[in-house]
Amino acid sequence: MNPADPSSFGVAPARAALDAGEFTATELTRALLDRIGAVESDLGALLTVTGERALADAAAADTRIQAGEHGAMLGIPIVLKDIFATRGIRTTCGSRILECFIPPYDADATERLAKAGAVLIGKANMDEFAMGSSNENSAFRACRNPWDTDRVPGGSSGGSAVAVAAGECLASLGTDTGGSIRLPASFTGVCGMKPTYGRVSRYGVIAYASSLDQVGPFGRSAEDLAMVLGTIAGHDPRDSTSADREVPDYTGALDGDIRGLRLGLPREYFVDGLAQDVERAVREAIEVLRSRGAEIVEVELPHTEYAVAAYYLVATAEASSNLSRYDGVRYGLRTEAPDNLLELYRQTRDEGFGPEVKRRILLGTYALSTGYYDAYYHKALQVRTLIRQDFDRAFEQCDAIVSPTAPQTAFRVGEKTGDPLSMYLSDIFTNSANLAGLPGLVVPCGFDVAEMPIGLQILTPDFEEARALRIGDAYQRDTAWHRRAPSLGETKRAAK
Amino acid sequence: MSVSIDDVEHIARLARLGLRDEEKQTLRGDLESILGYVDKLRSLDTTGVEASASMASLRPAMRDDIVTNPDRAEDMVRGAPDREENFLRVPKIIE
Repeated sequence: MNPADPSSFGVAPARAALDAGEFTATELTRALLDRIGAVESDLGALLTVTGERALADAAAADTRIQAGEHGAMLGIPIVLKDIFATRGIRTTCGSRILECFIPPYDADATERLAKAGAVLIGKANMDEFAMGSSNENSAFRACRNPWDTDRVPGGSSGGSAVAVAAGECLASLGTDTGGSIRLPASFTGVCGMKPTYGRVSRYGVIAYASSLDQVGPFGRSAEDLAMVLGTIAGHDPRDSTSADREVPDYTGALDGDIRGLRLGLPREYFVDGLAQDVERAVREAIEVLRSRGAEIVEVELPHTEYAVAAYYLVATAEASSNLSRYDGVRYGLRTEAPDNLLELYRQTRDEGFGPEVKRRILLGTYALSTGYYDAYYHKALQVRTLIRQDFDRAFEQCDAIVSPTAPQTAFRVGEKTGDPLSMYLSDIFTNSANLAGLPGLVVPCGFDVAEMPIGLQILTPDFEEARALRIGDAYQRDTAWHRRAPSLGETKRAAK
Repeated sequence: MSVSIDDVEHIARLARLGLRDEEKQTLRGDLESILGYVDKLRSLDTTGVEASASMASLRPAMRDDIVTNPDRAEDMVRGAPDREENFLRVPKIIE
């Protein structure tokens, strides 16, 4: 393993090397901090680099490793999306309104990773309040796709995806409300997983749409995701929606055996508008899975075409309520010297929120307002039930659903910023899983003609993350897409 | 679905959101286009379909109403924009 070459490493190889004493967590952390220094100005994946904290974490991990302790994440450098509360470390959620916010506590996921001995190396760039599909809504800086810096990395967890793709860390956490882990994983050629709603605690995760938000990992392989998920999953009484269920041995489930598993291809996902290269790569991936013994069946998800509309009504309604807490009173930004409380609220929120956040607050407020509640919000919740029933029926005929992650590969910076609706439609294949609460895994499955990565999405029934990971891992035993890494710096510039 | 500037101002008032004039124009057009798209839900007959506000698979947990967190008031108000001791200060509300 060579820390200067991201294609050579991941959580699992680093785990083996750390345990074998090939290098220390401190050496690994220093190498990654150097790499961040070399590539970060071109990428903008991180809003905060926690260098001092990382070296202290690494030293502590080295002591534990030397004492003979074993653990999946011990000494592994990670990045957290800047939506996770980190005690004493600025947490902005990509917004001006939280630009100077220093949380007085840690998120549950932050805490679990710290206890497991992971090394916190930075906080990742993101769309403001996790609202976006391209990372262009960050209030602070653009985040670029390392495969082509003229293209977006996907959003909203774009920085977390790029940090893994570009080798700035070995794994990272993001959040997925409508595709915010799966879309950037697909766009940047890494693995990403949205677990079942309730699998990972959202305590200390800044809320966007509470009935949809879920925490999940990014990594280079399904095996790496299994190692991170096993660390962050589990019941937390501080999140009332957290599931009180045993956490299975995700790593142990990766036996390469998918013989007899029935994989469903949803007819509605292979339609006009799906790029040819994406369809070809996904169908080739399905052939790989078939050759390992999986059975392919066609399934129907007839309400797919309503998912984006239902999602944007439910998500914005919840967002308009969640974001009412940013009022300039308790924490965060406050506008200069207003003379009454109403103006304090209005001006603070005007100055603190960016255009997409305002758009969604307004849309959500509209959908909940008198006279429109039944036609919009309530209707969307009914459609949500129909979408869930589609999946329940499909899973009677198959064990997992495989599909493209997005109709197209990463688009150009600025291409969709003037047309919010076309941006929303990037989420057409990912929104449904959030509405239905289901887990979804994305693994890289090829490249298009422009050399941009393509991702395969694998959806499974509630709490069957291990099955999705087993399928993804089986696929990666026969393919090498997940080991490709973008060339950055000199080679990239020379090529242009 | 047509959206007027008055509609935008009304919703912005409900949301306690200040907007500048040029923003109101842009947002009016955006809302009209997005609401036009979501109107496709109307074509779907949902008579008798239950509304799902959440997919939480378990009933939300109940717990005894006892204080479990330590007293860290100073930590909690440290980031407040304006305060006096452990109280948050706001502009005068009652004349």
